Amino acid sequence: MSTETSTTTPGASVPEVTTLPLAKAINRALRDELEADAKTLLIGEDIGALGGVFRVTDWLQADFGADRVIDSPLAESGIIGTCIGLAMRGYRPVAEIQFDGFVFPAFNQITTQLAKIHNRTDGAVRVPVTIRIPYGGHIGSIEHHSESPEALFAHTAGLRIITPSSPHDAYWMTRQAIRSDDPVIVLEPKRRYWLKGEVDLQRPAPDAFTAQVLRPGTDVTLAAYGPLVPVALAAAEVAAGQGRSIEVVDVRSISPLDDETIAQSAARTQRLVVAHEAPTFGGFGAEIAARVTERAYHRLAAPVLRVGGFHMPYPPSAQENRYLPDIDRMLEAVERSFAYASTGGR
Amino acid sequence: MNSAGEKVQLADPVPVQLLKADGTLVEHPVFSRYVQDLSEQQLLGLYRHMALERRFDAEATSLQRQGQLALWVPALGQEAAQVGTIAALEPTDRVFPTYREHAMALYRGISAEQLMATFRAARHTGWDPHEFNFNGYAIVLASQVLHAAGWAMGIKQDAAAGHLDRDRPEDEIVLTCLGDGASSQGDVHESMVFASSYQLPMLYFIQNNHWAISVPLETQSRAPLAHRAAGYGFEGIRVDGNDVLASYAVAKHMAEQIRGGSGPKLVEAVTYRMGAHTTADDPTKYRTADEVQAWQAKDPVARYRSWLEAEGLLDQAYAEQVDQEAAQLAADLRTAVHSMEPIGLERVFDTVYAEPHRQVETEKAWLKDYEAGFAEDEGQSVG
Repeated sequence: MSTETSTTTPGASVPEVTTLPLAKAINRALRDELEADAKTLLIGEDIGALGGVFRVTDWLQADFGADRVIDSPLAESGIIGTCIGLAMRGYRPVAEIQFDGFVFPAFNQITTQLAKIHNRTDGAVRVPVTIRIPYGGHIGSIEHHSESPEALFAHTAGLRIITPSSPHDAYWMTRQAIRSDDPVIVLEPKRRYWLKGEVDLQRPAPDAFTAQVLRPGTDVTLAAYGPLVPVALAAAEVAAGQGRSIEVVDVRSISPLDDETIAQSAARTQRLVVAHEAPTFGGFGAEIAARVTERAYHRLAAPVLRVGGFHMPYPPSAQENRYLPDIDRMLEAVERSFAYASTGGR
Repeated sequence: MNSAGEKVQLADPVPVQLLKADGTLVEHPVFSRYVQDLSEQQLLGLYRHMALERRFDAEATSLQRQGQLALWVPALGQEAAQVGTIAALEPTDRVFPTYREHAMALYRGISAEQLMATFRAARHTGWDPHEFNFNGYAIVLASQVLHAAGWAMGIKQDAAAGHLDRDRPEDEIVLTCLGDGASSQGDVHESMVFASSYQLPMLYFIQNNHWAISVPLETQSRAPLAHRAAGYGFEGIRVDGNDVLASYAVAKHMAEQIRGGSGPKLVEAVTYRMGAHTTADDPTKYRTADEVQAWQAKDPVARYRSWLEAEGLLDQAYAEQVDQEAAQLAADLRTAVHSMEPIGLERVFDTVYAEPHRQVETEKAWLKDYEAGFAEDEGQSVG
């Protein structure tokens, strides 16, 4: 892997910087990788003629053929299991799992096989499979269409897990995932598929496996990833109007975790709030909290606080606005963090 | 209906047999010709491989009893099904085994030391799957059946892309092994759906040894397992898995058709697990001595040897030569097991990922420092 993903040469009609919705940025990344490497294949349910239920693969089958953009049977374990066989043979398959809640039929293949084969074979067999999963809520859908399963995969050694929050990151992180020789799960924030932003096709985003400070601040660090990054940025904007300076960190990579960047930020501001859509109980925020506390204990003025979903199955989406962290929930946690100072904290 | 629009017939429940239990030859309109094509050397080779595996298996069982192996999975009784089938393939055909395909592994040239690394728990897999075109043993049963379908999709894709790898033959096929127990797993269903939909060049090889640890065949299937293929639109066939000639001929026939573009095929080898499921098992708790005795009379090695002797193909000198080779293999196995170096935990750290991973590197460095601390303490106490 090189952290600097090489760039394609766009045609004369394609500007270097273009404004795209996040889903179209991923589409462009897939297109560029299909063009760059004949061994790259896409496979998933309805990704061909339909272009995927979110149209992320729109027109790719028409342009690259049904042999390279493959409509699979309705069988998630089959999708991942066959991707493993393809990867063993030297291909770079990119699987689409239609929704977060449908990844579980493939959980065995992902955790007992995909994650372990390189290790099991003492490095003799590489399985560079990319698994794209639209995840998270706030789209008003029915059960199994709004979940955030990142902690379940983070606990499995052998997997890399990343989650972009902007079109530019989505383009470059997807390309880097496909080029990695390890299995990579790309959690795509589905409620942000329509979020528009500038994508610079010539200037690679920072390494996909690092966290990035998106907004500098001095009073408290707010770390978020995927769909909650725009919420965190909006919360910081509101807080600024109230005299609080929030530093926003986009975690970007779940595994590996760039705990150093997050801890450095928390050490500067002395406070950390972590936000994700997944339930806080046993959630990935707990891992961030523990690691940052170990690294920056003497610099922290308050315990690391978490904002997330409740310990319940994802509720009917008629209630998702009360379930999902929003600006107010993030700011409430920020205020709670400051409350420690007046009750005996430093 | 398969892709050619032909009606797929249900397999004959009576297994194909070329050699009766008493060692006499039976004529078959389709399959006999494959045996006629075999040279004397090839016929003896089938015996040799079965005899070697049997000796290897006995030695491994002893080593486990002596505490030298974490576990052993005997293949006793299944030698003919395995040797006959692997002999019908080309070395370039990829094999996806379960964890009991020792005869196939040895046939492909995997050494005693490489094979035993798994069972001494010294390494998860002791050989490079790419070197032998033979995957590591699959312990989560049926997982491998989907990997095989993916490999076969790659074969098709190679053809579609104009064969990017020139060193691979264009009529490559895949052999995927499974047993009667694993046939109940959902991944087998999904694999067969993929294989049929994309008309993949795959041979499903089910060794029906009648027992999934303690659970009998009837709990897995009330119909011949070969019948399952028809439900997916491809051909299945039953073969006497204790008949090495029939196992060879049926696999050769099916492989030829697959190479010709027929799409997937299924072979159910009807055989019997003469030993325990593993050395941790006690089969007397769930099956009768009468049943085991009945299968003893169908022993695949004795049956084939008596035919070879009756035909004048196997003489005393060759039999002794094979016995000596088997004794040497057993000795090699003992030496390999006693001298085997387990993988270091450093190497386990190094292969979790193909590319650097922050947390793995941090933990590896921590362990090194931690253990170095003990070495310093020791040094102080001595000094």
